[in-house]
Amino acid sequence: MSKISAQNINVFYGAKQALFDVSIEVPANSVTAFIGPSGCGKSTFLRCMNRMNDTIEGCRVDGRIVIDDIDINSSEQDVVQLRSWVGMVFQKPNPFPKSIYDNVAYGPRIHHMASTKSDMDAIVEQSLKKAGLFDEVKDRLLESGTSLSGGQQQRLCIARTIAVNPEIILMDEPCSALDPIATARIEELISDLRENFTIVIVTHSMQQAARVSSQTCFFHLGKVIESGTTSQLFTSPTHQQTQDYITGRYG
Amino acid sequence: MSNRTGNPLIHQKRMRAEKRFRRYGQCALGLAVLILLVLLASLTARGYQGFMQTEIKLTVTFDTASLGVEAGQDASNLSPSSYQQLAKTTLKNLFPDVTERSDQKDLTSLISSDSGAQLKELLDKNPSLLTQTKDVWVIASGKADLFFKGGISEKTTESDRVLNDRQLFWLKMLESKGSVRTVFNTTFFTQGDSRVAEQAGFLGAMMGSALTLISCLLVVFPLGVMTAVYLEEFARKGRWVDLIEVNINNLAAVPSIVFGLLGLAVYINVLGMPRSAAIVGGMTLALMILPVIIITTRVALASIPGSIRQAARALGATPVQVVWHHVLPLAMPGVMTGTILGMARAIGETAPLLMIGMVAFVVDLPTGFTSPVSVMPVQIYLWAGTPEAGYAEKTAAGILVLLMLLLAMNALAIFLRKRFEVRW
Repeated sequence: MSKISAQNINVFYGAKQALFDVSIEVPANSVTAFIGPSGCGKSTFLRCMNRMNDTIEGCRVDGRIVIDDIDINSSEQDVVQLRSWVGMVFQKPNPFPKSIYDNVAYGPRIHHMASTKSDMDAIVEQSLKKAGLFDEVKDRLLESGTSLSGGQQQRLCIARTIAVNPEIILMDEPCSALDPIATARIEELISDLRENFTIVIVTHSMQQAARVSSQTCFFHLGKVIESGTTSQLFTSPTHQQTQDYITGRYG
Repeated sequence: MSNRTGNPLIHQKRMRAEKRFRRYGQCALGLAVLILLVLLASLTARGYQGFMQTEIKLTVTFDTASLGVEAGQDASNLSPSSYQQLAKTTLKNLFPDVTERSDQKDLTSLISSDSGAQLKELLDKNPSLLTQTKDVWVIASGKADLFFKGGISEKTTESDRVLNDRQLFWLKMLESKGSVRTVFNTTFFTQGDSRVAEQAGFLGAMMGSALTLISCLLVVFPLGVMTAVYLEEFARKGRWVDLIEVNINNLAAVPSIVFGLLGLAVYINVLGMPRSAAIVGGMTLALMILPVIIITTRVALASIPGSIRQAARALGATPVQVVWHHVLPLAMPGVMTGTILGMARAIGETAPLLMIGMVAFVVDLPTGFTSPVSVMPVQIYLWAGTPEAGYAEKTAAGILVLLMLLLAMNALAIFLRKRFEVRW
């Protein structure tokens, strides 16, 4: 059974329609990649899943997104609560200009997840370990998060997301601002995280999609052209457009 | 083939134009600095004298007879005028040959009319002085002070100067006997205003300004910052916000006296608050700098990158938490800089305060937010309009104090910005 089920999603920015009848199933504990040329709506769709589009003025989302039988667009759904179990990592590393410790502890703090200092310490340590950053920063947890390198900052952002114990992690081109070595580390991390989380990743790099994901959806001009297992989509695409895109003929 | 050397004439012309432009800039800058230096130098030259004060030594015998106290009576009950009489008598005794009544009057006008109070204070502090003789430095009158500071030339025709030839002679006599000295003018920093130039102090106005600024800050800071936060972070962008924004920008350019009229109409006429009070002055100035605070706070908020807001939102922070935990603390250096610069504008403002009656002659030091006060710029304005000679240097000294405070506030703003600036 799928973790996330989106049916007939239409998104409008003012009068401009960005997504047309998008329907996608995302299985649990797996990595699903969204690929497609710039402006195809893959990031917009990602942002529908934790309702980050609510913060954009003039943006309207139609359709049903169901996560574990919960309609997240229903009026009863608390957005703040939703985002605590659907986390998000952004394209550009955006740690708070606070200490590394406070960066990770912020989420648990606002959700009252730790009652004592030692509980919080444990959450911070666990999250940093899961993000593969703990050994590098354990001696300087009180230094500013912005003093880290780009790749470390992105792993800090992942640790920060993990700290609130989400079920789903949305990643919006998490490696596009990083060098190849840092990218490799993040990809490794994504493979490790798949055990415990359902991951949806937007990427520009087809190689990255091929390396980390088990399902892939190809977006074009606001529509899902094709979706399926990654190996099938890359080796025997059924649509001509998919074929053209993955062979680098456009996009 | 392309032209690689270009036209040397065009090249030279371009270089000359660039040099010329740089010269213009340097000239403008030089002129601005020159004007500033001239201003500071002239103010310092005048104001420096205002910080000094001439004193005359009198050997006073505090005996009961000359004070007119009966034996056994308490000397502290005497009015200052008895002491003034004592000071005058002592001075007259120094020049026994001055017997004409009008000459004696000229002589005693050389010491401050407040010398009696000085003597009384001495005796109150130390009652055992009664029946003793002591050297006391009393404050010279404004005219005598002016003479020792070089403000009166002997070459001027006698009828054209405030001191006649005999008075000048006496003063020179006193000076040659070593009975004249120049000391730091503590009166200026310990007293309120006075009708007598040598007794006029700036402390009342400084305290008045402080109380006014505190009331202003308490009103304008929460109001301005909250307005800016709402407009920038919560309000739905649209025609209404645009309209409000245009109006706020316009308010920032409204002449300050208009805000004085508003303060007069609302606070004093409608709400019936006391005239000339620090709290009313503060609230009037608050009206004036509210747009400034709103605009600078909005700029500070807008300069916080959206990625911080998104990061906090994505972690499940509510919009209010995003503002209180992240955006506002990060914007605080900018907000504080704007606030201090707004305050600096308020501290130097005169016009709106005149409208709410803050132009009164206030001798007493302020006791609270509702007591009548004077503020620094208004005090300077009042002194500048007083024809008596001694006030000119007070005016310059007052301006210097105000300028120093403004400089300190601007330095604080720069310090805060540098100290708490967050780099990404």
